[in-house]
Amino acid sequence: MEYAIHCENLTKRFGDRIAVNSLSISIRKGSIYGFLGPNGSGKSTTIRMLCGLLVPTSGKGTVLGYDVMTQSEEIKQRIGYMSQKFSLYEDLTVEENLDFYAGIYGIDGERRKQRKKELIAMAGLTGREKQLAGSLSGGWKQRLALSCALLHQPELLILDEPTAGVDPVSRRIFWNVIRDLARQGITVLVTTHYMDEAQTCDWIGFIFFGNLLAQGTPAELIARLQVDNLEDVFVTLVQREEERQAAARNRRTEERA
Amino acid sequence: MKRFSMSRYLSIVRKEIIQIKRDRPSLGIALMMPLLLMLLFGYAVNTDVNHIRTAVWDQSKSAASRELVDNFVNTQYFDVAAYTESYAEIERLIDDGTVDAAIVIPPDYARKRDNNEPVSVQMLINGSDPNIARTASANAQLIVQNKAIALQERRMQKEGMGKLEQPIQLQARVLFNPNMESIVFNIPGLIGLIMQNVTMILTAFSLVREKERGTMEQLIVTPIRPFELMLGKITPYVFIGLLSFTIVLVLGIYWFGVPLKGSFPLLMTLSLLFLITTLSLGIFLSTVAKTQLQAMQMAFALILPSVLLSGFMFPRDTMPTVIQWLGGLVPLTYFLEILRGIFLKGVGLDSLWRDTLGMAAFFVLILTIAILRFRKKIE
Ligand SMILES: Nc1ncnc2c1ncn2[C@@H]1O[C@H](COP(=O)(O)OP(=O)(O)OP(=O)(O)O)[C@@H](O)[C@H]1O
Ligand SMILES: [Mg+2]
Repeated sequence: MEYAIHCENLTKRFGDRIAVNSLSISIRKGSIYGFLGPNGSGKSTTIRMLCGLLVPTSGKGTVLGYDVMTQSEEIKQRIGYMSQKFSLYEDLTVEENLDFYAGIYGIDGERRKQRKKELIAMAGLTGREKQLAGSLSGGWKQRLALSCALLHQPELLILDEPTAGVDPVSRRIFWNVIRDLARQGITVLVTTHYMDEAQTCDWIGFIFFGNLLAQGTPAELIARLQVDNLEDVFVTLVQREEERQAAARNRRTEERA
Repeated sequence: MKRFSMSRYLSIVRKEIIQIKRDRPSLGIALMMPLLLMLLFGYAVNTDVNHIRTAVWDQSKSAASRELVDNFVNTQYFDVAAYTESYAEIERLIDDGTVDAAIVIPPDYARKRDNNEPVSVQMLINGSDPNIARTASANAQLIVQNKAIALQERRMQKEGMGKLEQPIQLQARVLFNPNMESIVFNIPGLIGLIMQNVTMILTAFSLVREKERGTMEQLIVTPIRPFELMLGKITPYVFIGLLSFTIVLVLGIYWFGVPLKGSFPLLMTLSLLFLITTLSLGIFLSTVAKTQLQAMQMAFALILPSVLLSGFMFPRDTMPTVIQWLGGLVPLTYFLEILRGIFLKGVGLDSLWRDTLGMAAFFVLILTIAILRFRKKIE
């Protein structure tokens, strides 16, 4: 099996609003997949379905070979997830948060000590072990969250806007870690609004109003749309889609008239 | 994978303990709230009436009339709050609430009494609180009647006719609470009611807080199982609940003077079962409530049925069967029988096994429902 994530016609409705519309994507093992799209386009919703946090309304999908509908517990053991909003315990220290999640993943003894040391060093959190997570600044919080998501050495890492509101230094550290992990064979699905970050992904999916509008390597997308850079790809795709929808609306009103 | 993981369970317990320690105000409230409620309601639900403030208009001003007033005061039901000289004054005292009753002794009381002529003593009662009025009139009735019998006896003895024999006498003996003090009956119930609602909120808050703060999202993408999570959440609060329970227990026994007739170890053991049950009920609430405010409102909404259906306020025996069944849905119902049984009657497990089983069944049921309702999903 070569795909870490594979889904077909994945759909999520909230009441009568369609948040994700018939999404089909495949993510190769060991690759970095950048998930792009304007606010409210359905990125987080898709990710939550893949993590087993939300039940898809329809469609099917597998994550690491496990069915998202029926085997979400198997999936949960093998993925690392960082949600868009910081969701570690602010009233616990850095070390207590790591210890808590280590215990939850059944990591103890020497291995726990080892993993904690590695991750604290990796995230540059040395010296802050006894600091309350709530008192960390934005970038540090995100690094701690990444450390907690990596404790159990997941095969797939799903990061929802990990670098939003993070300074350039922390962002660079973050992406160095991400690329390192990919080199070790770990698959990474990451959402971002930064085009320089998207540029370094192996593969990009572009989602708008719950629809997947385009996917490919950054170079492919730039070439296909005949623009200079990814930012233009983003803007062009959004404009085209808005025009298409406006045209469709007009047609509908004309038909009714 | 499907097995219970000690490591996950202990991680939750450890994390909860750290959080409780860091959140001193909440811990303080958890421990002090039962104490304050107990003091507040312990006095509020005291329905015994005694020391009724009474005005005396003694027109006879004789040794005989003073003796009669003493008879009233000696029962503890009446306290002389004022001496008056007119009906107008009595009315004013009752109107402004200075007294709730008045005794009017006629000028010829001593003379008529000594001459064996019939004489009446008047009592005026403020009827606005029927409970006070009933107590005042019934006791005044008794006091005067006893006095009359005593006078009769004395006269007959003087005339050499021996002792007065009353043809029928009722000898009532009240078991378990000989002085029929309502506080003795109410305090054990109050302990149960307060502990139920305070402990319920502890676990409900603890889980709902994770939803509100967003930490639940990270927790449920891990392999944690609902049973491990809930057990881990309940465990530290059992100790806080026990501490809190001990505080109100000491208060009930030493401050309110309610004697514990039965076995202390049995009381603590069954209270532990009760605590686990109400903590599970709190977990159940948290699967319904989305915010701490909602959880709080639900806990409050449960107070009324607890008071009305559990037997706290009204005896359950006289309730319609359907209502009795409804009472079975409140853990307090079982615990009240246990508390009152051990406290007042001093009975053991041989008389309480039905309520113990009922409570245990309720615990298993509510925890199962909570676990089944808990979804590792976000709504
Ligand atoms: N629990 C929910 N109930 C109802 N609507 C929801 C819910 N979650 C998300 N939505 C709606 O679904 C749509 C997609 O939201 P989603 O969070 O997936 O967007 P996003 O692409 O992650 O946006 P952002 O870049 O702002 O994070 C939005 O219109 C949002 O309002
Ligand atoms: Mg999002």
